[in-house]
Amino acid sequence: MTDIDPVEIKRIRWRSRRGLLELDIVLERFLANGFDQLTMAELAAYRKCLELGDNDFLDYVNGKAEVDDPELAHIIGILRAA
Amino acid sequence: MTVPVRRFDAVIVGGGGAGMRAALQLSESGLKTAVLSKVFPTRSHTVAAQGGISASLGNVQEDRWEWHMYDTVKGSDWLGDQDAIEFMCRKAPEAVIELEHFGMPFDRLENGKIYQRPFGGHTQNNGESPVQRACAAADRTGHAMLHTLYQRNVRANTQFFVEWMALDLIRDEAGDVVGVTALEMETGEVYIFHAKAVLFATGGAGRIYAASTNAFINTGDGLGMCVRAGIPLEDMEFWQFHPTGVAGAGVLITEGVRGEGGILLNANGERFMERYAPNLKDLAPRDFVARSMEQEVLEGRGCGPNKDYVLLKLDHLGPDIIKQRLPGIREIAIKFAGVDPIKEPIPVIPTCHYMMGGIPTNYRGEVVIPQGDNPEARVNGFYAAGECACASVHGANRLGTNSLLDLVVFGKSAGDSMVEFIRNEMPNWKPLPANAAERSLARISRLDNQTNGEDVTEVRTAMQRTVQARAAVFRNSENLAQGVKEIQEVAERVKRIQIKDKSKVFNTARVEALELENLIEVAVATLISADARKESRGAHAHADFQQRDDEVWMKHTLYYGDDRRLTYKPVHTKPLSVDYIPPKERTF
Repeated sequence: MTDIDPVEIKRIRWRSRRGLLELDIVLERFLANGFDQLTMAELAAYRKCLELGDNDFLDYVNGKAEVDDPELAHIIGILRAA
Repeated sequence: MTVPVRRFDAVIVGGGGAGMRAALQLSESGLKTAVLSKVFPTRSHTVAAQGGISASLGNVQEDRWEWHMYDTVKGSDWLGDQDAIEFMCRKAPEAVIELEHFGMPFDRLENGKIYQRPFGGHTQNNGESPVQRACAAADRTGHAMLHTLYQRNVRANTQFFVEWMALDLIRDEAGDVVGVTALEMETGEVYIFHAKAVLFATGGAGRIYAASTNAFINTGDGLGMCVRAGIPLEDMEFWQFHPTGVAGAGVLITEGVRGEGGILLNANGERFMERYAPNLKDLAPRDFVARSMEQEVLEGRGCGPNKDYVLLKLDHLGPDIIKQRLPGIREIAIKFAGVDPIKEPIPVIPTCHYMMGGIPTNYRGEVVIPQGDNPEARVNGFYAAGECACASVHGANRLGTNSLLDLVVFGKSAGDSMVEFIRNEMPNWKPLPANAAERSLARISRLDNQTNGEDVTEVRTAMQRTVQARAAVFRNSENLAQGVKEIQEVAERVKRIQIKDKSKVFNTARVEALELENLIEVAVATLISADARKESRGAHAHADFQQRDDEVWMKHTLYYGDDRRLTYKPVHTKPLSVDYIPPKERTF
């Protein structure tokens, strides 16, 4: 992630604060462990996840709903393991 | 230092249900309205409300607002103000139908009317039999409400300031509110928002507890700002708890797990509920189970390295039953407790869910504080609604599904009051005081210059542990007195918190430090208010004073932060149009 604007990284970290506690916990773990190793493509996908509504996002992360967007499937897999 | 000033007719702090409902009222009246929010509005904590919104529509069974009022008064354990409760329950059907007309996708009956589901504490004919009163949009009622209100606000030209954190309330020499200061996270710059009227809709502060169902954003920012500006906080001793949240995480494990045969164990492997409730055991009422769990922890029979939780054992049910009947719970346990309940018990602890107290308001959403002989003098230009406000409709304990109702009814009411105030009393802006941004700038400058200070995470953890240990569900005189002492020590440490990252742009470390300064005010208010109330009422269950004492204690607590003193004011016993509902013993 060396090419990314550090401000953008900080913005993404803040946007990982959510309205649902369950997501806060999963994303906090991920930010502490895994986030820094993302590829550019994974980071772009994570940014897209942050645009999701909290309930949809949590359903994906919990495996309650199937991820139909192929762009998101891989990063959601990483978050599920977080 | 010059601080840039932005001017609006009305400024609303908080973009959840209450803030957006109020904003809509103002924008649709043609007033220039700003909403400041730390996060994108549809990601406010309102999104977590699943249960529904109550209204006596009577779509499924006969219902009346008077019955809803009775349930709410009883739920509040007679600490709720009956004029505000009547106002809310009477307005409820209109508020829900209005949301429906705004396009909120409620579940429906075959005849096309809004479906209503049963919910604990909702009854017909003053407690006689259960009634279906809760209106819901599947299990996403809060989410649907936020989206509906956001869309309407966009249409009405409300101006959203997203990722802005309000820092302090600006009061002039007369004590009137003339604006707020706020931090733009994107730049790290402080601005003044100059306004004819300000509304706080900043939500709860459940993060003062170690075990909380609240999202990380729920840091009581509005309450902290009030305390610093000399506005008292009302009834801060009353917090609603769930008995079984995952220890260390807060995620709830539904009561259904114990219904299926799950049992609670202490560190000795003892099924301790047999001792407290020989007949009902693990299925005793929610508050009773929670207090028993905490008593085990306090007496040293908690589990884990800090002996601070008990265990919920399920493995004896067998893998098939767990997989078939409790799949969601297994998933939660694996994800948030790191244990598979088929093999191991789940660590659980009573978990804070909702703040009944808050900024003192009347049913018009006006902030009211004692002045001379008047216990409820209006603070000109200042309003509050939603969980941060104390109207007080929830009193000592909130009735399920009344929280979403509170947001829309009092959001709208406060919005109407603000429109009236701006039109009739405040055609022009009052001048800003010369030192309008001084306090905020000093706070930020102290953070930037502090050396040899305390770590934010460590101090926040110390605060959360203290509040959890001293002012959760099990309360007694000794424990509370100890808690008052300890939390004031933590408050001293907060004065010296330090951040390593001094950068300006999107500095989340700074935001978290500023949030902790708000949380600690709420934590101190909670301990001091709880220590003083020598009775048991609603969520405040005091082991040394187990009865409700209406003679002495049917009154609201007011906590002032400057000298950490308490005063009290009477409960409103005069409803708007119906007869007073006199206190009774609260049995179910």
